[in-house]
Amino acid sequence: MKAFTELYWRLDATTKTSEKVAALRDYFAQAAHADAACALAVLCGGRQLRAVSTTDLRQWAAETAGLPVWLVEESYAHVGDLAETLALLLPDPDPEAVEESAAPGLAAMMQDTIHALRGLDSCGKQEIVRATWQRLAPRERIVWHKLLTGGLRVGVSRTLVARALADLAGVEPAVMAHRLMGDAASDADGFAQLLTPATAADDRRPYPFFLASALDQTDVGAVADDLGPVHEWQAEWKWDGMRAQLVRRGADVTAWSRGEELVNEAFPEIVSAAALLPAGTVLDGEILAVGRGDAGGPISLLGFTALSRRSGRRRVPKKLLAEYPCWFVAYDLLEHDGEDIRSLPLVERRQRLDSLVPACFGAALAGSLPDRAVLSRSPLVTGDSWEALARCRAESRTRGVEGLMLKRRTSGYAAGRTRGEWWKWKIEPLEIDAVLLYAQAGHGRRAGLHSDYTLGVWDGDRLVTIAKAYSGLADAEIVELDRIVRATTLERHGPVRICAPTVVLQLAFEGVAASTRHKSGLAVRFPRIVRWRRDKQPAEAGTLADLRRML
Amino acid sequence: MQELLEVTEAGLYCAAGDFYIDPWRRVPRAVITHAHADHARTGCSRYLCAAPGKHVLRTRMGSNATIDTLRYADSTTINGVRVSLHPAGHVLGSAQVRVEHAGQTWVVTGDYKLQADPTCQAFEPVACDVFITESTFGLPVYRWPEPETVAAELNAWWRANRDAGRASVILAYALGKAQRIAALVDPEIGPIVAHGAVMKLVEAYRASGIRLPSIDRVPPAARRVGGGRALVIAPPSVLGSPWLRLFGESAIAVASGWMTVRGVRRRRNVEKGFVVSDHADFPGLLAAIEASRASRVLVTHGFADILARLLRERGLDARPLATRFTGEALGDTADDDGDEV
Repeated sequence: MKAFTELYWRLDATTKTSEKVAALRDYFAQAAHADAACALAVLCGGRQLRAVSTTDLRQWAAETAGLPVWLVEESYAHVGDLAETLALLLPDPDPEAVEESAAPGLAAMMQDTIHALRGLDSCGKQEIVRATWQRLAPRERIVWHKLLTGGLRVGVSRTLVARALADLAGVEPAVMAHRLMGDAASDADGFAQLLTPATAADDRRPYPFFLASALDQTDVGAVADDLGPVHEWQAEWKWDGMRAQLVRRGADVTAWSRGEELVNEAFPEIVSAAALLPAGTVLDGEILAVGRGDAGGPISLLGFTALSRRSGRRRVPKKLLAEYPCWFVAYDLLEHDGEDIRSLPLVERRQRLDSLVPACFGAALAGSLPDRAVLSRSPLVTGDSWEALARCRAESRTRGVEGLMLKRRTSGYAAGRTRGEWWKWKIEPLEIDAVLLYAQAGHGRRAGLHSDYTLGVWDGDRLVTIAKAYSGLADAEIVELDRIVRATTLERHGPVRICAPTVVLQLAFEGVAASTRHKSGLAVRFPRIVRWRRDKQPAEAGTLADLRRML
Repeated sequence: MQELLEVTEAGLYCAAGDFYIDPWRRVPRAVITHAHADHARTGCSRYLCAAPGKHVLRTRMGSNATIDTLRYADSTTINGVRVSLHPAGHVLGSAQVRVEHAGQTWVVTGDYKLQADPTCQAFEPVACDVFITESTFGLPVYRWPEPETVAAELNAWWRANRDAGRASVILAYALGKAQRIAALVDPEIGPIVAHGAVMKLVEAYRASGIRLPSIDRVPPAARRVGGGRALVIAPPSVLGSPWLRLFGESAIAVASGWMTVRGVRRRRNVEKGFVVSDHADFPGLLAAIEASRASRVLVTHGFADILARLLRERGLDARPLATRFTGEALGDTADDDGDEV
């Protein structure tokens, strides 16, 4: 219990991923396997059960501390965390009992003081709870209260836990993430299994993603000059979704995001569709949220906002599955019949992909795909000249895509960003002039400087917020703006300063969507600052009507 | 019936003696419990404070202020009302004001604490009929650790930062808390430097005969002051200001009673919080109220309603008294004197 308490407070004390992983690794390295399995269930398991009601707990704490219950309630209202409130107001524990209780591990503690409460009547529960209070120091009490009431949340994702355990076991994080799927390690033996060395059988790793470089040219002639003959290039739409690899190996399928996060649980329909692929297949592509039309009719793209309702989930409710169905659109084949084919030229990989995945997403968009194919291949965009491709690119916004991908036909699938082989030729961003309304101090290098800006546009005679933007200004400009923020502050709310509207910033973004987060009811996607419009007064900034036209 | 002390537009007023205690407006005659900004304001014609607090009050009220002093426990008569000052243990020269007239005795605590503090005289209970108490930390979750425990934590933190080559910046009120921190830590660990606002009061403390370890003023526009080994004592208002960059890489901690609560520590966005307060904790408030033997208690700034309700349930005649005192500011980075750096 002591070690787990230490872990809790180390995790609580930091927001840095590396420090969290180190804390987890240190804990798991020393914990007995039974305790470790328990900790794993608490850290990344689902809902924990509540062993006693918080009403009982408050009542007993009030009696133990010799305080009226209303005063416990007032304290709770002030502190904002019941586990902590009770820990703080209970009398100090018996030092000798604390000394003795250092020994039991988390598993024994959970068994004796939490699971043991189930089935007991109120008197029996109270006896155990009071005795436990006597032997726990306040820091331990907080953690124990959270375990007791099923409310322990420490802000570590399963991915972080996987990284820590992978480090400990000496296997790849992807292997560990795969081992952690389901309820892999529910007891000491299960946990021991987690730490065994990797075998060929559990290699579910994706390949390093090949990333495209941005092609900033807008002029067709310049593109032609840079890239050479158009027939050396394969063009595809640049989808506004989530890049992913589907790995079909051994008996199962794993889906991986570009951050090498296992996303199986968020996209069950894609995983089941991929199970029909032959073993020894790895696809690279995009997960997209689609709107289903009538049977036999065309489908539509729902965009990134819809997709974000689905991603990052560990369990997807039926309603969301139906409302935001997700499809996988493949554009590359990396492993075929168990063979790594990344060094083959793109055209050849593409041919194999076409025969492996016959359904074409383009047909689904056109309404001519008879079966709804959750797994399809990305259509090619054809054009016999750069001008023709440029005309296709110009349709991007109406099609709901971000532009074109240009891939050299002879290119292998490299790791990381290799310039010159793959380009993303995105459409120019939308832009609006917005007024600086709030500012907040940044982090890291920008700590202490007000460099996180909330911007707004005019809605009639008032300014409403539309975006937060962090990047785009030069360091010297940030310093200058920081001085203006300090000088024009009207109000302070914690770290946030509300400023008098004096500064106009030109904001670029990729699209506009409805939002409940901003007062304007709209939110812009990927907002960033283009330049400081020193030549403009706030009155000359954009309006909500301007923004609505871009919806 | 006319009460001996009443809250008026200008502050806590004694009509019988025609004087104010810690007024928030400019008045002819002010009796001052201590020199924090919410209790001592400039512009009164005459101030009366406890003798040990004279230098400190002078620093805050300016060289032209007329300041009379009274030794602790000595009494004086103001327009027929007997007034005496008694140690409140809050900061150097802090006093409880005892007011006696027509057979009635009232005590105004100002701010106070019961914990030991080497930089000021310890709180002494004063018997009275009516006790006007602060309630800044009037909730049972506030119980202070022993000063030795906090000192050990402070030293361990400073030492670890020093070994990692980082400066240790501790944010504390310029008056009282800053000097107490300096007296708590082990000066062998490294150099102690302080912000100008703190230094002014360090000098006032030294002039009053309080022994403090060697503390250097942070020179303006210096670089990596203290070479990553120093303990830097600064008022809370420096948080988020470029001034902090003078120290290169540094760890930042806040010393405040509010640091008891995890949520507050997190909101303040500092790495570490030390529970150090110059106010009484919850058991301290109850102990002081009991020691006053007062049958009537008026509760001012803090959790006044809550504490008054608890006292009523325990058989005392208690009610909240609205004042403009603020005590230890929660979550805000202003210093007690409100100046921004």
